[in-house]
Amino acid sequence: MNDVYPVLLVATLALPALGAAVLAVSPARRAGWIATAFAAAALIPIVALPFGHESPPPGNLRPWAEVKQSWVPALHLDFHLGVDGISYPLVALTGLLTLLCCGYTIWKAPDGGKPRTLLALLLVLETGILGTFLSLDLILFFLFFEVTLLPMYAVIVGWGGEQRRRAGRKFVLYTLFGSVLLLLGVLTVAVHAGTADIVALNGGGGLSRSTQYAAFALFAVAFAVKAPLWPLHSWLPDAHTQAPTVGSVILAGVLLKMGTYGLIRVGVGVTPLGARWAAPLLGILAAAAILAGSLLCLRQTELKRLIAYSSVGHMGFVLLGIATLTATGIQAALLGNVAHGLITGLLFFLAGAIKDRAHTGDLAELGGLRETAPRLAGLLGFAAIASLGLPGLAGFWGEAFAVVAAVRHGGALWIVLASVAALGGALTAAYFLRLLRKVTHGPVGTAVSPAIAGAEWFAWAPLVALTLAVGLVPTLVLAATSLPVEALIR
Amino acid sequence: MTLDHVTLLPLYAAAGAAVLVLLADLIVARRAATVGALLFGGLATAVCAIVAGVRRPTFCAGAECSWVPTPLAVTMAVVFAALTVGVLALSVPALRIGAAPPGEFCFLLAASMTGGVVIGYAGDLITLIVGLETLTLPLYVLVGLRRFAPGERPSTAGASASITFFLISIVSTAIALLGAALNYAATGAIHLEHLVAGIGPLGPVAQTGAALLVIGFAFKVAAVPMHAWAPPTYEGAPLPVAAYLSTASKLGGVLALIAIVSKLDAAPVVAALAVLTMTTGNLVALRQQRMVRLLAWSSIAQAGYILAALALGAAGVRSAAVYAVFFVVLEFLAFGVVVALRPPAGDGGDLLAYRGAGRRHPWLGAAMVLALAGLAGLPPGLAGMFAKVTVVDALIAEGWGWLAGFVALNAVIGLAYYARVATTLYVTPPKPGIQLVDPDLLEAATHPRVRVTRPVAAALIIAAGTAVAVGFAPQLLFDALS
Repeated sequence: MNDVYPVLLVATLALPALGAAVLAVSPARRAGWIATAFAAAALIPIVALPFGHESPPPGNLRPWAEVKQSWVPALHLDFHLGVDGISYPLVALTGLLTLLCCGYTIWKAPDGGKPRTLLALLLVLETGILGTFLSLDLILFFLFFEVTLLPMYAVIVGWGGEQRRRAGRKFVLYTLFGSVLLLLGVLTVAVHAGTADIVALNGGGGLSRSTQYAAFALFAVAFAVKAPLWPLHSWLPDAHTQAPTVGSVILAGVLLKMGTYGLIRVGVGVTPLGARWAAPLLGILAAAAILAGSLLCLRQTELKRLIAYSSVGHMGFVLLGIATLTATGIQAALLGNVAHGLITGLLFFLAGAIKDRAHTGDLAELGGLRETAPRLAGLLGFAAIASLGLPGLAGFWGEAFAVVAAVRHGGALWIVLASVAALGGALTAAYFLRLLRKVTHGPVGTAVSPAIAGAEWFAWAPLVALTLAVGLVPTLVLAATSLPVEALIR
Repeated sequence: MTLDHVTLLPLYAAAGAAVLVLLADLIVARRAATVGALLFGGLATAVCAIVAGVRRPTFCAGAECSWVPTPLAVTMAVVFAALTVGVLALSVPALRIGAAPPGEFCFLLAASMTGGVVIGYAGDLITLIVGLETLTLPLYVLVGLRRFAPGERPSTAGASASITFFLISIVSTAIALLGAALNYAATGAIHLEHLVAGIGPLGPVAQTGAALLVIGFAFKVAAVPMHAWAPPTYEGAPLPVAAYLSTASKLGGVLALIAIVSKLDAAPVVAALAVLTMTTGNLVALRQQRMVRLLAWSSIAQAGYILAALALGAAGVRSAAVYAVFFVVLEFLAFGVVVALRPPAGDGGDLLAYRGAGRRHPWLGAAMVLALAGLAGLPPGLAGMFAKVTVVDALIAEGWGWLAGFVALNAVIGLAYYARVATTLYVTPPKPGIQLVDPDLLEAATHPRVRVTRPVAAALIIAAGTAVAVGFAPQLLFDALS
């Protein structure tokens, strides 16, 4: 393997962290450009990483690029980073969304604290999220998982809406609860296996059945809080509704993915026996989440809240895919992850734009957007239709194949789950069409200025393009996943 | 009995520091000289501890030795010296305005440091208890040592805090001594090396002795239900002394407990204390409205995590020591920021007094966030996170999963109030009831920026630097302790 790729891996993490440090001492006036420059610079190693990809021997979880350095031997902690087909799409998504959010913040900083601090927090968040996706050591994974906790809290509390403190507190306590369970699970594995190396532990690493059951139970709840899986989702709507636009985008776009990614990489990879044992329960909860998310959405009267609840349903599809424990299901989950990140990121940007212009997010007060701001209405229509899973757009593949995987899995239970999920998919269409009817059609409610600023195009256009691209060519995401997924569920 | 004087260097340095301070105050009689003497003495103690290092024990009667330089002892001697110097730096503003007589203050602090150094090296129960008392005795005075300027309204808070602390402390010492006596009567062991569980008809006596020792020392770490003295004492004491109480004094108690539990099986008592301490400390801290009281209750909760590791006996000693070191660094940093944000010789005040302080003083705010997040066991400072991981790791490795669960859940409760304090630092000031052209101007006028004096700033920078450094390289600490 070429020597440059380990350096690129470290640079991916170091650049945003360095950016945050530079922001802390740089003048506030230039903060936006500095942050955007660092976010863009972090994309360079991310783009270069796939070129290190050699096809590994099948059946082996071998990352494209790897860094391994002993850090704290007393705690089984190695500084062990690596990227493969499973993590790469999410790494790229994180880099992209952070860049878009930084660029967007130059143009329009939310009310609250200083924009410079917000940008620094976004870069710290990026470091934490990228670290989580790149870690190949359980303790390191936990470490980065925790890094994201307080910055997101600070973003919500510092720049959020009216109820921000309550929402922030709920978010941080809920997710810390998840992450201490993760700590217990991670250490249970590390202590019993004597190593925390995810590559070595893949497939169980000789852990006994009971250890795997206990560890998977801890992992499942920990990641279910983060993802979030119904019924542990109740922190999500408040956090999303109160967070500033960029906070919601990062939260929905990539932060939630840490839960589903963790479930695939750590839950399924490290404790496969536990995953097999709990799969039916996970499947039932996932189907329930899809149904509950859709039904809750039908009753929502606030734009951001509705989109937040829609995440519960979409994450349900992702979890259903994972719960089947088949290659198709997990690939569907990975694709669903990326698609949800793109589409919901776009939806939150648009919802933020509408709320900023109309000064209300109440569906009853909005309306007739089609007439007052046709372009905005068109984009919202596009994003909503992508989100409800129209074939040819990104949202379709993940959801359709999660259902397909459940049907293929066979057995009465899974057929029922697949039907429930399909029904939930239909309800998704119902509430998004309701959303469009209320917001874009109907009599003009609050007048909205139609102009779309350059920064807004900058933030939205890549998401629109990628939604189309992933929808038309899903192999963009799935190209490199089949071997690592095979290795994972072997 | 032959004495190896090189081995005793740390003790000589610490005691010498006290004598030096006394002489400096007597001969030069200038504040700078006195403070300088203690600064020099403290640093010399740390250097001597490192230079003397881990050597053969001395003060031996036959095979039994009373002065045992272990890695733990060396590390803790350095920590005690550093804390003393740090607390001295935090006290400089108060000494400057004459809130305490510098000679007495510095001498008592140096004497207390000497006690702390002795505890780590103690090889027998008598030396241990004498060390612990030498650590505590000067603090009775320091807690109440407060001069009031003419025209300033005198308060008796310090004196009553001092009395509370004194009474509780002597009771706890009596209990510990009784425990030592019972244990000696049953097993004939006084040297820590030879402490054994009693057997035969005297077994229960020895067990009672061990339990009493644990309970007596538990007073010093303010473990629930022996904790009630801590919040009023911290609140009444001058801020730097409260910082010393919650770091050095607590560390002394932890070291004493380490000496006991690594030889005698006291797991049920210690585990029960741990669960009670962390849960009660965190739950009560949720309701606190005063800064120092909140920190006091939080430090009670933190002692619970240390006790949890100590419940493992010898297997948990290293984790407990690592946690304790991380904790004292972060706790010192938190108190340091409080000192910096308050007027010289002021008290900790209400939490409301800290509204927006982080906006006015970005660096102090950042340091406080680092400290509080660390105490909650979360990044950005990795020290606190590694502390939490270390304790949970040891508990799981020894098969104490349920206690690990308690620690983990308590970390969640703890974050609730740490986040509240940290958020308070950044909230926008309340809107005045009247119409104003520029509310920020009023805010600036009513909340002037406090000037951070150089010694305090230096202490804060070093503490924050240490917290970040040990966060990135915790293995250094693990290596130093083994």
